[in-house]
Amino acid sequence: MAEKKKTYVEDIERTLYDIKNEDHSIYKTKSGLTEDIIRDISARKHDPKWMLDFRLKSLEIYNSLELPTWGPDLSELNMDDIVTYVQPDAKMVGNWNEVPEDIKDTFDRLGIPEAEKKSLAGVGAQYDSEVVYHSMQDELVQQGVVYTDMESALTQYEDIVKEYFMTLVPPKDHKFAALHGAVWSGGSFVYVPEGVHVDVPLQSYFRLNAAGAGQFEHTLIIVEPGASLHFIEGCSAPKYNVTNLHAGCVELFVKEGARLRYSTIENWSRNMMNLNTKRALVEKDGIIEWVSGSFGSHVSMLYPCSVLHGENARCEFTGVTFASKGQNLDTGASVIHAAPHTSANINTRTISKAGGRATYRSAVKVTKNADHARCSVNCESLMLDDLSRSDTLPTMDIEGDEADIGHEAKIGRISDEAVFYLTSRGIDEEEARAMIVRGFVEPIAKELPLEYAVEMNNLVNIELEGTMG
Amino acid sequence: MSEQLLSIKGLHAGVEGKEILKGLNLEVGLGEVHVILGPNGSGKSTLMNVIMGHPKYEVTAGEMTFGGEDLAALKTFERARKGLFLSFQTPEEIPGITLENMIRTSRQAITGKKERIIAFRRELQGVMKSLKMDPSYAQRYLNVGFSGGEKKRAEILQLLMLSPKLALLDETDSGLDVDAVQIVSEGVAKFHNDQNSCLIITHNTRILEHLSVDRVHVLMNGQIVEEGGPELIDDINKRGFTHLLDAQGCPVGGNCPNAETCPNNK
Repeated sequence: MAEKKKTYVEDIERTLYDIKNEDHSIYKTKSGLTEDIIRDISARKHDPKWMLDFRLKSLEIYNSLELPTWGPDLSELNMDDIVTYVQPDAKMVGNWNEVPEDIKDTFDRLGIPEAEKKSLAGVGAQYDSEVVYHSMQDELVQQGVVYTDMESALTQYEDIVKEYFMTLVPPKDHKFAALHGAVWSGGSFVYVPEGVHVDVPLQSYFRLNAAGAGQFEHTLIIVEPGASLHFIEGCSAPKYNVTNLHAGCVELFVKEGARLRYSTIENWSRNMMNLNTKRALVEKDGIIEWVSGSFGSHVSMLYPCSVLHGENARCEFTGVTFASKGQNLDTGASVIHAAPHTSANINTRTISKAGGRATYRSAVKVTKNADHARCSVNCESLMLDDLSRSDTLPTMDIEGDEADIGHEAKIGRISDEAVFYLTSRGIDEEEARAMIVRGFVEPIAKELPLEYAVEMNNLVNIELEGTMG
Repeated sequence: MSEQLLSIKGLHAGVEGKEILKGLNLEVGLGEVHVILGPNGSGKSTLMNVIMGHPKYEVTAGEMTFGGEDLAALKTFERARKGLFLSFQTPEEIPGITLENMIRTSRQAITGKKERIIAFRRELQGVMKSLKMDPSYAQRYLNVGFSGGEKKRAEILQLLMLSPKLALLDETDSGLDVDAVQIVSEGVAKFHNDQNSCLIITHNTRILEHLSVDRVHVLMNGQIVEEGGPELIDDINKRGFTHLLDAQGCPVGGNCPNAETCPNNK
């Protein structure tokens, strides 16, 4: 008779990500967070005076705010142990051959220069706290597109940065936004002028190599009226026994009739606290499309927010989260309908296994003046064993008239009947389960950039233990 | 006598400790069409699931062989690869897997040969056309959003694409309108030849119109209580099943192997 069977979905093959380089940083701040440290970072980065003031003000706010009282337990995070700034021994260059060998090797292994040749219009690569490589096709430069690191932007486009920087995610938003305002370093700045369509994606890759460090990159993207852009962001880090922290901030400005697709694949190591804030402001007839994959980290809190500020503004959110052993991934999305006839589609899948915990959390708000808002939320969770946990926590706050809001949530397991159906067609049990899991994430996988879709498929390699006796 | 394909002797099986099949015997020869009739709850679907090896059902006694090979040692997918096929009464909906992908994966698993995508698609589209299926269904997720009739046609499509040795059809005609039954019936007739066999559960003789039935079995209370040629179908249609029961409401009477434990047997 049938013995108890166990199904294991393999973790992401991590070897590639876990290769560590020796720490060749030329400068590191002391761990912890003090005014001296902030001043030190600011001086090393040659900040203008207003930015130093901004950092110090943020520190003040940081000290005045409490940790969030909801969501995953963050007590393991001790800021006194985190090194907030690690300067790699590399200057930012526009040629991979000028990037120091060990750093270049890291990005080679991650396939970044290769992807740049094949399928990207521009690439930025950040190593610890600073961007070490940036390049974009000449054609885009000629059209007035700007894609550079935040530090260069602060020098070359200071007025634009000053106008937008942390206006959408102000430091007082929450404790980690304040932390970000105080210690931010690196990240990407993209400016697409009116009417320009960037047809081939730009990609930034963030790699945190130093143990016990934090990464606080800032991404600022402005897509002017009628323009369009696809931006891809990838992140990873090798595993250490100490806690690393990622508290990045992404601010996206989508102007009238503009379109921005923002794809992220986060594959941090299992010692990472990933407390990231992402927000988009979408004007009339503008479209923001989020594609968000959360596979790594120890703890994640990530809820990209779309503020639909102009009439007919639209948001499409597609997300997948995969929580395995030792992971507590609290992810989701939020939408604020702040104008009439705005619409949003949120579509997510979460998988939990081997004791992993995945929570889907969403907030939909329709303000008073936002009549005829439409929002549809569909979130499905699959638990692969009895040890794992999935929760769905949607909230809705509707003040506008004639809103059309739909929410569908499903939490389930692999159905025995579905496995029987496929095996009755000659497909073995292991493959049948893998097909079902792949099918579960398929609507999301087809939205991912190709190389990431392949990576996610590899992740669903199922191993079956135990046999029918 | 034709070559034996399926042989079931003294089969006892049940689910969650409840016995449903109580000493069932059945022989199906190669090239034959057999029909199983029986009232609801008599164990017809259980029999199909047990032949296919559903892990939920437990076989407690008896033996089943297929092509001379003991089925007990084989898992469901191995039985399918040996040539068994079950057309489900309620086919599963599986999101994210297209009908075409599922059938191609199945056929590769069964034959062990890699299918060429274009040639396979052409063949599939041809068979779909013969079943009057909209070709766009090949790219839809397996049974998701299919009507009852479309699900059953998709089952017959798989039957024709996988060409098993023995087709187990569990009420493939139930819930279908007249035209759909006609299409399914033609599909089964197209599948059947002297090198394969059909075991059909039905409440409706229309599915049998294009087939020549060799043998009819009446299943009641977990046992075959009556057997005969195709004329038995008309007989049951006229008289129902109740005349097969004895005074105690038992279909087996004095020949019952469970006589000692039967609550009806005072």
